[in-house]
Amino acid sequence: MALAPNMPKSWRAETKPHKFCPGCGHGLVLKALGECIDELNIQDRVVFGCDIGCSLLSWDFFNVDSIQTHHGRTTPVLTGVKRARPDRICIAYMGDGGGYAIGSQHLVNAASRNEKITVILVNNCVYGMTGGQMAPTTLPGMKTETSPYGRDVELTGNPTRGPEMVAAITPPSAYVARGTVANLRQLKKMIKKALETQMNGTGFSFVEALSLCPTNWRTNAKETWGFVEKEMSQFFKVGEIKVPESKEGK
Amino acid sequence: MADKPVKGEKRFFVTGNEVVAWAALAANAEIMYGYPITPQNEVMHYWTRLAPKYGRRFLQTEDEISAGFTTVGGVLSGARAFTATAGPGNTLMQESMSMAEMMQIPTVVVVQQRGGPSTGTVIYSQQEVTMTCFGGNGEGFRVVYSTGSHQELYDYVIKAFNTAWKYRIPTFVLGDGYQAKIRESLIMYDPEERGIQMVPTEKIVGASGVPGVDREPKHLRNTYNTEEELYKVVGDLAKHYWQVAPEIEEYEEFDCADAETVIVAHGVVTRAAQGAVKELREQGKKVGHFRPITLRPFPKKAMEKAIQKAKEILVVESAEGQLAKIVKAEIYGSDIPITGYFRPGMGITAEEIVEYILNKG
Repeated sequence: MALAPNMPKSWRAETKPHKFCPGCGHGLVLKALGECIDELNIQDRVVFGCDIGCSLLSWDFFNVDSIQTHHGRTTPVLTGVKRARPDRICIAYMGDGGGYAIGSQHLVNAASRNEKITVILVNNCVYGMTGGQMAPTTLPGMKTETSPYGRDVELTGNPTRGPEMVAAITPPSAYVARGTVANLRQLKKMIKKALETQMNGTGFSFVEALSLCPTNWRTNAKETWGFVEKEMSQFFKVGEIKVPESKEGK
Repeated sequence: MADKPVKGEKRFFVTGNEVVAWAALAANAEIMYGYPITPQNEVMHYWTRLAPKYGRRFLQTEDEISAGFTTVGGVLSGARAFTATAGPGNTLMQESMSMAEMMQIPTVVVVQQRGGPSTGTVIYSQQEVTMTCFGGNGEGFRVVYSTGSHQELYDYVIKAFNTAWKYRIPTFVLGDGYQAKIRESLIMYDPEERGIQMVPTEKIVGASGVPGVDREPKHLRNTYNTEEELYKVVGDLAKHYWQVAPEIEEYEEFDCADAETVIVAHGVVTRAAQGAVKELREQGKKVGHFRPITLRPFPKKAMEKAIQKAKEILVVESAEGQLAKIVKAEIYGSDIPITGYFRPGMGITAEEIVEYILNKG
């Protein structure tokens, strides 16, 4: 008898297997998120929003109310929900293009205003859905469809370090971290803390997840893990960057 | 906390932007999202002063892209939510409004038109007709009310919420800088006391119960995989839109029954057109005026009736033929010549219309 894979309770079984490419990291991030929703027992309170790009494929991923928005616009849509209904737990799910390029003004300003929402941003160094173009997070020298000779930082600047930027503009009550699909236990803890930050109503919460895109990286399994564990993790430091100060300490 | 913002019926002498804020309060709007742009700023100024007294909320966003999308989020969560903008801000809001068209999100947007193209002037125009009716990568599945007075601003802001929520169509109140900034008298009233029931809102997302256990989850989508899938969705949107359009269409007509010249004008220019008809009738000329109140959906049948005796149609507008383009498309097949008196970004008086008609012979 084949064993059924262990799925989070908040996942929607009818839409599995999911629609992401083989080897994609989205499924792992969404598994960590699903387990957090289960453990915090918030399935009835979550409003989930997904961006355009590969993240849009999560529009029917969970048994939670979900809104597919436009490229970069998930942050304001979920901000709008939260401002009108503060009792909802609002999760904005997006890629690096959505968060750091086309929607960067929304991320920066939501963080500055300390909106009580959770942004989960999947960083795979590339635009996946559109076919492998250079992203704000493409590493120096990395080849993509629009940087075929390797990213030249003299011409295109350095990769965006999102969590560091968000940490710099949020108050001490915010939560900011960078996790990786190469360490799921840690990533899950971060997502859980981010959601708890929102539930406590203290501040903005932001988790970047380093992720995998073997399709556009054109890597085999071993090279894929090597890229995320070595090259990406070297440039993008994994860890908590800002943890809300405990109320007792104030 | 005060209970009702407007009780009974009272006469006021205020600017149009103040009217919009009061009307939204009277309509029980719960939250406004907005970004500063002239000439709509005072809508926010009055709202932010009044709203907290009645338990209402406000969010100043980082730009109009965000103001549009936060409005979308607020509406999806079940709030009677709105925003207001103008000119380049209206341009930025087209993205979110195309999402509202696609997903039948009952947003309400008040547009106080300013001069264009580009940043143009902060004063006045009727140059946002095409954009407000047909903007974004959509099909114009919208309702656009073009108001011509402060009383109408009050009436139609209240009505816009009901139209939006009843039909689930994004609804616009198209004002202009004159209406925004000028003081004029009007009667404010509590809609309920006039027998106007506010259409209840619905938590499109975030209703009670555990999704997948107590109820189906809401999975709201705007990206489709195949041509056939999208064709079906847009087909359903179109069917719904054209089905309810006759209930939504509104217009006024003045002396059209025997009119040989019919002036077509909308918004604040209707006042000049009405004045011109009066003057020209006194001179014995058979002139009438047809005024679409809904620019989208356009009152096509009413217009066809109004021009039955017409030998010419004159479209008068503060734009280079944006209304004229709609009129020509709507009455396609009629052989009545259509000409235009176009003054993009300029106000138009009754005297100017009279002079234009007399001089053109």
